[in-house]
Amino acid sequence: MEFIDFLLEDFFVTGQPLIYGAMVSIVLVSIAIVFVLSYFKKWGWLWREWLTTVDHKKIGIMYIIAALAMLFRGGVDALLMRTQLTLPGMEFLDSQHYNEIFTTHGTIMIIFMAMPFLIGLMNYIVPLQIGARDVAFPFLNALSFWSFAFGAMIFNLSFVIGGSPDAGWTSYTPMAGATLNPGPAQNYYLIGLQVSGIGTLATGINFIVTILKMRAPGMKMMRLPIFTWSTFITSIIIVFAFPILTVALALMTIDRIFGSHFFTLTGEGMPMMWANLFWLWGHPEVYIVILPAFGIFSEIISTFARKQLFGYKAMVYSMVVIAGLSFVVWVHHFFTMGAGGAVNSFFSITTMLIAVPTGVKIFNWLGTMYKGRIRFDTPMLWSLAFIPCFVIGGVTGVMLAMAAADYQYHNTYFLVAHFHYVLIAGTVFGCFAGLTYWYPKMFGHKMNEKLGKISFWFFVIGFNVCFFPMYFLGFAGMPRRTYTIEPEWMALNVTASIGAILMAIGFAVFVYNIYYSFRYSQRETHGDTWDGRALEWATTTPVPFYNFATVPKIEGPEAYWRMKENGRTTYEKEKVEPIHMPSDSGVPFVMMAFMFIASFGLIWEWIGIAIAGLIGVLACMVIRSFDYDDGFYVSVEEIKQTEKKAREGEQ
Amino acid sequence: MKNIYLRVKLWAALPALSLLLLVSGCGELTVLDPKGPVGESQKDLIIFSIILMLIIVAVVFIAFTYMIVKYRDRPGRDEKDYDPDHHGNTTLEIVWTVIPLIIVTALSIPTVITIYELEEAPEASSDKEPLVVYATTADWKWFFSYPEENIETVNYLHIPTDRAIEFRLSSADSMASLWIPALGGQKYNMAGMENTLYLQADEEGTYEGRNSNYNGSGFAEHTFEVHAENEEDFESWVEKVKNTAPELTQEEYDSLLAPGLEEELEFSSTHLDYVDHGTNEGRDYLIERHKDAFEEPLHLKGGRGAGDE
Repeated sequence: MEFIDFLLEDFFVTGQPLIYGAMVSIVLVSIAIVFVLSYFKKWGWLWREWLTTVDHKKIGIMYIIAALAMLFRGGVDALLMRTQLTLPGMEFLDSQHYNEIFTTHGTIMIIFMAMPFLIGLMNYIVPLQIGARDVAFPFLNALSFWSFAFGAMIFNLSFVIGGSPDAGWTSYTPMAGATLNPGPAQNYYLIGLQVSGIGTLATGINFIVTILKMRAPGMKMMRLPIFTWSTFITSIIIVFAFPILTVALALMTIDRIFGSHFFTLTGEGMPMMWANLFWLWGHPEVYIVILPAFGIFSEIISTFARKQLFGYKAMVYSMVVIAGLSFVVWVHHFFTMGAGGAVNSFFSITTMLIAVPTGVKIFNWLGTMYKGRIRFDTPMLWSLAFIPCFVIGGVTGVMLAMAAADYQYHNTYFLVAHFHYVLIAGTVFGCFAGLTYWYPKMFGHKMNEKLGKISFWFFVIGFNVCFFPMYFLGFAGMPRRTYTIEPEWMALNVTASIGAILMAIGFAVFVYNIYYSFRYSQRETHGDTWDGRALEWATTTPVPFYNFATVPKIEGPEAYWRMKENGRTTYEKEKVEPIHMPSDSGVPFVMMAFMFIASFGLIWEWIGIAIAGLIGVLACMVIRSFDYDDGFYVSVEEIKQTEKKAREGEQ
Repeated sequence: MKNIYLRVKLWAALPALSLLLLVSGCGELTVLDPKGPVGESQKDLIIFSIILMLIIVAVVFIAFTYMIVKYRDRPGRDEKDYDPDHHGNTTLEIVWTVIPLIIVTALSIPTVITIYELEEAPEASSDKEPLVVYATTADWKWFFSYPEENIETVNYLHIPTDRAIEFRLSSADSMASLWIPALGGQKYNMAGMENTLYLQADEEGTYEGRNSNYNGSGFAEHTFEVHAENEEDFESWVEKVKNTAPELTQEEYDSLLAPGLEEELEFSSTHLDYVDHGTNEGRDYLIERHKDAFEEPLHLKGGRGAGDE
């Protein structure tokens, strides 16, 4: 009886009709998936082709699919919030429920949507852009993906089992500590982020090594495509920033589960240290999700303006400067902590300085279009919409950087408007642009242009209608994270909610477009869909699993543009040699499945289960250590056959 | 081609649209209509930055529109202005690095000056000693202690106009932020430390004050009212509280600290007699007494005045 009481009162989240609905749909969808896989006898296929793969392209696609699912989840959270905030006196969500929803919205959008989406694109594209056959550590890459996937699963489990975290994505102590926030909910946040953070850190290392060591002969650093540069710089930020998060999360976990006093009010803890550690990671984190998007826009604008990128070197250096500055601005997230005039002045100025390299990039994109011949395909539309929207987000960022004024903006909807303007116009537009741009390379057909444009206009107009009024709500004194509005804020909130609906329609059309294009789009017969400039377009579509039959020698920037001019391809018959490729492995999946079990135990403070899971993880490490399989060779014969088939359409 | 004109029009429509929203009575923009010198200096800084930023936005938007209209691919376009190998211009690049640097400098100077100004009591009332008010928060209520007057209020306060108020901010539990948008910017209340925030009202009136920093399930109603009145009215209010309100016993104070909402209250003594949460000794006072009181969060519904639990 006690056990059943526990299940009904603490384990499962009960008493919320919305959540009952979610539970039913989770069960139904799970049954449907199991049924479909069994009916079509696809279990083996799923295991062989996807769960055990170490192919960077398949891993990239899995990242993107997971990210789209998370965008859906985070978007539903957003719509629930907008519904509650539309009118004063709404009783749709109570305060506690609202708090859980804005917490999961923020955490999911940053950690489980923006980053995996971009990492997915990097995974697919970067090896192709540098002429590599995979990343430097393919096994580690699979491990990264599964750590993210299981981390996301842990986090998402919280809303049906145990309750969602409710301390905000920033989870400031002491509010997020064990005394003020008892129960497993906050542990889900800590462990979910920890598990996926390990994967992100590994990805950072993986891409640094890949880009440094695996470039095609002749591809000097200053000949790298700009998206690869942005990935490289992002990876360096990851490697410096993520250990801070790992340590901070570990300290708070030990506080909560084992009763230490790092961030507690009792026992001489330092609650404000959390805010510092969090933003020491958190500010670089926002550049982790913006720099790759900058890279994507640079590629697309150059391709669709049919011109070389303007100021390539300046683009690279400005990213380096942004990366450096990103580590010395974290205090601007809490100017109001009372650190004094000198500290606030210093961080005001460093923050404003970021506008300089960012401005350089904006003007370089405009310069790229100067004397170009601009086509307006969907990827280009997303990239163009980015510029004005991001400028609005950027200048309001400068306004926020002025500490004395920030005392009035801090914790208000002015801030909410600002970071949505930079993160949606930057990262989300970038993800959509990148996906539609590289979609034909990934799936062998374009996304439908007409549907693409419909979704674009709905989303972009909706975005502005939703978030522009929020600047004024900030001036009107509306604090962020409030579950209810005052009557005087109504008109602007109604407007914002209408915008949110338009965005939702845009996203729905985008997803429908994936299905529609899969059914009806014309298949690509040529690898170079958009008349591209970087090396990824030199491969055939679909890309053979070894990427390049022969790795071309690179003679300058814009490698493929030059190859096209000289009539060269990535298949020079006489130069074909056996290709060494890594073997698939089920260990990453199994290891992270054990990590999932360990995490679940730790979250509920069932230490026995946690230890059992960790033993499983260790066992997988041992198995991996004694694994002497160092890959296999693809025969010349097989390569020639594959290439012949793939290139039939081109002749 | 049609799309381009559409988008140009849309972008042109955006500022007009927002202006329309603004004037169509979407409530007052409290921050831009301050009632005291602190908020005034912040408003000046904000307006100055908005003007500079609008110039930048205008420059970029015009250049952007020019590029996508002039250099779009269209039938019969003159090929002479298509230059695929054009890839840089050092002079231009220097120009658009230096100009933003100048703008940043132009913004930094008044910012730094204002930052330092706000660390001190407003000069406008330098002839009078600031009124000291200890503003202490506990989930989800405000305690205002007047040590000189030896009175304390809960969830509202009275202040005299034309005199600086020196708030001594601290918290008994979670971090909060005292914000009275009509009077000026905010600062954090934290347990175990004390922050000083100077504000001043020049106009009589009742202003909304709140905790702006999210701190859990009662956050939205963690608010208070500020009654700014002339020196005389203020003095008589103090007298009234002194004469009519009960003393704040430690027992009563401890029970008030328990997490939850509270109505407006007043006392003729202050809790500073028992504890100062802004000191290191006072930081765990509440936790020691209400360790297990945070198990059940509040489930507020429908906002203020909607008959909440």
